[in-house]
Amino acid sequence: MPIFLENKQLVTPGDLIAEGEYIAGENTYMEKNKIYASRVGIVEYETKRLDVVALKSFYIPRMGDTVIGTITEVGFSGWTVDINSPYPALLRASDVLSRPFRPQKDDLPNVLDLGDLVVANIVSYDRTHDPQLTVAEPGLGKITRGQILKVTPTKIPRVIGRKGSMIGMIKQETGCNIILGVNGVVLITGKTLEDEQLAMKAILKIEEESHTSGLTDRITKMLKEAKSGKEETKNE
Amino acid sequence: MNDKPEKLIDKKGLRLDGRKLDELRPVKLEVGVISNADGSAYIEHGKNKILAGVYGPREVHPKHLALPDRTVLKCRYHMAPFSVQERKSPAPSRREIELSKVIRESLEPAIFMEYYPRTMIDVFIEVLQADGGTRCASITAAALALADSGIPMRDLVVACAAGKIEDKVVLDLMDTEDKVGAADVPVALMPNLNAVTLLQMDGQLSTDEFESAVNLALDGCKQIYALQKEALKTKYINVKEEIKEEAEE
Amino acid sequence: MVAVITKVKQKQITQLIDKGKRLDDREPTDYRELKIEQGLIERAEGSARVLLGKTEVVVGTKVEIGEPFADTPNDGVLTVNAELVPLASPGFEPGPPDENSIELARIVDRGIRESKAINTEKLVIDPGKKVFVVFVDIYVLNHDGNLIDASALAAMAALLNTKMGKYEVEDGEVKTKPGYEPLPVKKHPITVTCAKIGDKLIVDPSLEEEQVMDARISIAFDDDDNICAVQKGGAGYFEPKELVEAARIAKEKATEMRKKLNW
Repeated sequence: MPIFLENKQLVTPGDLIAEGEYIAGENTYMEKNKIYASRVGIVEYETKRLDVVALKSFYIPRMGDTVIGTITEVGFSGWTVDINSPYPALLRASDVLSRPFRPQKDDLPNVLDLGDLVVANIVSYDRTHDPQLTVAEPGLGKITRGQILKVTPTKIPRVIGRKGSMIGMIKQETGCNIILGVNGVVLITGKTLEDEQLAMKAILKIEEESHTSGLTDRITKMLKEAKSGKEETKNE
Repeated sequence: MNDKPEKLIDKKGLRLDGRKLDELRPVKLEVGVISNADGSAYIEHGKNKILAGVYGPREVHPKHLALPDRTVLKCRYHMAPFSVQERKSPAPSRREIELSKVIRESLEPAIFMEYYPRTMIDVFIEVLQADGGTRCASITAAALALADSGIPMRDLVVACAAGKIEDKVVLDLMDTEDKVGAADVPVALMPNLNAVTLLQMDGQLSTDEFESAVNLALDGCKQIYALQKEALKTKYINVKEEIKEEAEE
Repeated sequence: MVAVITKVKQKQITQLIDKGKRLDDREPTDYRELKIEQGLIERAEGSARVLLGKTEVVVGTKVEIGEPFADTPNDGVLTVNAELVPLASPGFEPGPPDENSIELARIVDRGIRESKAINTEKLVIDPGKKVFVVFVDIYVLNHDGNLIDASALAAMAALLNTKMGKYEVEDGEVKTKPGYEPLPVKKHPITVTCAKIGDKLIVDPSLEEEQVMDARISIAFDDDDNICAVQKGGAGYFEPKELVEAARIAKEKATEMRKKLNW
């Protein structure tokens, strides 16, 4: 039974990928023994499982994911957080305060206010209720400085690279600390605005060109050229 | 100001705009044209100029309209006051309300409604210039906008109309032909699944003529589908080409 | 439903502006890239599309025959309407015009009317009975800040692109004559909007800058450098000396724009 398309081929929703005993992977669906693409993307397969790496998608929460979000509402006993997903997330006051919430004594806007940024983990989520967050683990909590960038969540693995090679290289060349939220929100903290903007540029370039080859070399080249350009102006 | 034309088809079998009976008007499509929208597309189909924008899936407002097991799909077909011969009031007309519904129902079968419970998908269609067949062109653009937004779909949806003018079944009526002609049959199709998701008719046709018209419209749909796929792929292919050029320098 | 601007970004914008810089590297008094296209809607009597940065506005004009207002029997009618269509921003909802679209329409209208850009006396066909009614419909397609200046430019460009049919009164009846003539446009008002952030003024605020600003002021100038319309907006306030400064900046930018567009 055949696979009708080649690896790395660009598909659109409804394109017939294969017929027969295959496994319908990411961004595909099966109907009457036929597997179709459900999003615009690149076909990828090894033996039995057929996937489409989507060129654009949005984030659906999963337990354990580390995400970066913005406080959009200060409620009575907690906050609503925009995690760049169709579903708003909830952060309970008791989680942030690490003790039970005291309605008359605790002033929530003082702890986290509208517009504040947090790095948090998803502790619970299913189809019947909105995701809940926690900041009660090391490395999580309020963010006070840096640049925020949004990329399509499917591209995050590409930004990380094999065994972290791509993101490691960007961090090294720009001297920035970078936190990649699984929800497609990226936090870049550097020594200067220029360093942060250079890291942003690199990540946006990866997002745009993620479906092409030779990307690692081009990004390395871009970062090195920018650095040497900076040194030239310093020496002038 | 518009006098009724004498003949819609001349002696050579050509229509007022020079087309053959089974010829489509030129179609141009572009994806990703409204930066604020989650997905968007622009279509020029003959003199029709239509924009479609998609927001979602997103939180449902007002909350009580949310469904526990599926998304809520909303569609708004709207014409700009300057889009037609006589200025149209911006308030929604009965025609716009009906078209909003049938367009929504033509797109819904293509969307996996159960994937995102308690959310809402908004499809906004703005007709900037109208010249017959706006509902079909709107569907074609709206489906592209949905695909552009990353919302998973079973298939694209593409639409085209056929009709009858002066005893002949013809493809893709423009405004004058629609106003003066004998019948208009708009059809929307999910091309890979071969499923018709919109079908309307007004006028007078024998059952044979109706069948011919539907088949002609389906053929038109398939031609436009090829352009839809190209429009979706263009953005990515262009990037690949640019990189190739840079590397060769 | 509009995205909340993060505190981190707010701080960044205000800190930069305090140092005389902006997020997109513009000077405080720079406009974003401007593109104007005319005549894109052939069905309309006139049309124009403006791209100011990523803000996109299309204006279509329709010219019809109607009756004059009772108190101005020898004047044609000019009416300006604006729609913030829902696809232009996650914060725009479908429905009748809200206070923002009505304010936008009235500001653009004021600039055109008070500068006497169109000689409405020339729009009379049969005095007291039949006049030209010019509809200017502003359609905002993408909101990335400064809808006022973008809409005012698009409205003016659309009016300059507008053709009217020819009509004559014969034996008490209005008859169509062949051909078209351009709408008689006498003046070219230009509106410049300044936003106040902290104690600094910037021209042509982007959407993010609008989310941070204290207040804005829009000033329209005619071809003779007279101010013909002013509107302060936003919940904050201006000090009198800031108003004088804003007027000075706006006049400079309006002159620059007029020269650039050749109006």
